[in-house]
Amino acid sequence: MNIALINLPLLAAAIVWFMKPGMHRAKVLPVAASAHLVLVVIALTHSFHLKPDAWFRLDPLGGWILLVVSTLFTICAFYAPSYLALRTERDFGIFGVAMLSFLGMASLVATSRHPGVLWVGMEAMTLTTTPLLYYNHNKRSLEATWKYLLICSVGMALALLGTFFVAYAAQLGGLGEPIYIDRLVQHAASMPAPWLKAGFVLLLVGYGTKMGLAPMHTWKPDAYGETPGIVGTILAGGVTSMAFLSLMRMFSILCAAGLGDFGRELMVAMGLLSMAWAFVFMIRQGDLRRLLAYSSVEHMGILVFGVGIGGKATLFALFHVAANALIKSVLFLGSGNIVRSFSSKSLADVTGAIRRLPVSGWCFLLGFVAVVGSPPFAPFTSIFGIASAALGGGRILVGTAFLVLLGGIFVAMGSVVLPVLQGTPNPAAVRTHYEDTFGLTAPLVGALVLALALGLWLPGPLMTLLSKAALLVEGRP
Amino acid sequence: MSTNLLLAAIMLINFMLVASSRVNKCIQLAAIQGILLALILLLMHDHWPVHVLLMALSTAAIKGLVIPGMLHKAQDRMKPQREPEPYVGYTTSLVMAAAGTGLAFILARRLPLQAGSLGTLFVPASIMALFTGFLLLTTRKRALLQVVGYLVLENGVYLFSLLLVKEMPLLVETGVLLDLVVGIFVMGIVINHIQTAFDSQDTHRLAHLKD
Repeated sequence: MNIALINLPLLAAAIVWFMKPGMHRAKVLPVAASAHLVLVVIALTHSFHLKPDAWFRLDPLGGWILLVVSTLFTICAFYAPSYLALRTERDFGIFGVAMLSFLGMASLVATSRHPGVLWVGMEAMTLTTTPLLYYNHNKRSLEATWKYLLICSVGMALALLGTFFVAYAAQLGGLGEPIYIDRLVQHAASMPAPWLKAGFVLLLVGYGTKMGLAPMHTWKPDAYGETPGIVGTILAGGVTSMAFLSLMRMFSILCAAGLGDFGRELMVAMGLLSMAWAFVFMIRQGDLRRLLAYSSVEHMGILVFGVGIGGKATLFALFHVAANALIKSVLFLGSGNIVRSFSSKSLADVTGAIRRLPVSGWCFLLGFVAVVGSPPFAPFTSIFGIASAALGGGRILVGTAFLVLLGGIFVAMGSVVLPVLQGTPNPAAVRTHYEDTFGLTAPLVGALVLALALGLWLPGPLMTLLSKAALLVEGRP
Repeated sequence: MSTNLLLAAIMLINFMLVASSRVNKCIQLAAIQGILLALILLLMHDHWPVHVLLMALSTAAIKGLVIPGMLHKAQDRMKPQREPEPYVGYTTSLVMAAAGTGLAFILARRLPLQAGSLGTLFVPASIMALFTGFLLLTTRKRALLQVVGYLVLENGVYLFSLLLVKEMPLLVETGVLLDLVVGIFVMGIVINHIQTAFDSQDTHRLAHLKD
């Protein structure tokens, strides 16, 4: 079952590779994505009682994140055929293979029980997403790809060193191969603290680079700015969520060793720094995509801040992974449609998008309302939960800073986004042949409806899953 | 004892790397460092089972021959041009590397080693290589020198992994080898593309994207 989760997308990737060029290649994506999502749901309802020494096993934490990423991927996969039909000048082969391989690697990361395999999966994910970044094949996308590869490879090297540090700590604690995460958590108390702490710092920097936490986020604005919206969605909701999961896996070992507070302090600091950094760069931002990139930096900051506060906030942080992924898909896909109609992503050229593209424009507006944490959408639930956990737990200072930064970001982002959507388009603005179609708007509406539904009501089974996952993050199986 | 000697040699090479202005020389230095890593791996074992031999061989081949060869080839195909001045001068770089070395020794003393562990230089040498790699990555303008910086950083990770190689060969070998082969392979591709698109590998010119 768990192996099928990994192999199904890879098999689909192979099929796309060997198919003849043409539109039908793009149609493999939605089929494979839906099948994968169904498999994830089946695995979640059945397989928690697998034997504990398996190399691959879906536990509640990995299951929750994979459920989110698989849903996000399905949204993108249904968007893909209509999008690719607009880009007939490019071959879809590599695009499809890279997308599906990404999903396979995400499943590998989510199910792996060994820190080494986890790292291998993340490294492979860096490589599978590289061709997606270079999809536009121009100088600007090349520059973005170069930065992404170099910065993320350095980050992954540091994460590998951090993994080795933890393994060395395990060895000093008398633990031999294979060092499954479950075994590491069980024996964490006997491992020397200096190695665990140093290892976690390296892992936070390493996987944090992949998440795009400030100040290691510098690849992000370029990567999101120069790629198609659909690739931005995969990066902002998929790759970053998997990096967050990897960090949480290693954090659980730290917690089990009784060093949780050390990690939490670091994450609170890093979270606030990311939010502050994003806030500064959002003010008077002149590029729609780069604005979204800084919004992604902000939301990664919220994730680690939530886990850093701990207790109830951990659960809300995990919930925020879903909220962030859904809203990011609305924003990135919506901005893709808008940018295509105006043939520019510079905010000086884009005004009155709602009048020109009612569906995409309204989705983008509601996505903006949701992403800054307004009710009744899902991000409100998690942000409110994290803030009240911080203030209720006596962390008055950091809780206030969190709220102030959120307020600032609301104003900064609003002052940039609203002129794009409101008013009438400048008569001199470029108008391409692009018009909203069902295939290019239905996935956005679907994601928005899901984010709204999750904000209003969290089904019982999902709540159970989240509570179990939150316990796993804190090293309590 | 001989491992400590080799580790000292690796640290010396780090100093030469930050002080050198010529790309070809830097590539060669990184290649020598890679071969030294393979030698250390062999010296650590009294007898050589197949998987150790394989790992040493592939390390020497990839780090000492394949990657430097790729980088040399990329360098040869470039039009001859003056080396751009780095963001931080060579003397300053040397001073920073020296400070980094001191810091590496202080940090390493705080981390307890396993009783009877082979060399005490492993951890400081590893952290120092990490630092040197960072220095090259952040202060050099040419793409090729940045790749050399990445290589040196990887060598630092490799050095540390040698402390684990006897007890956890599986973890170390898969991690290190995958990192090597795939990461650099893709970097090579990107370098070639940069060349065709820009006719130069000065990443300084890769600066259209900023806020």
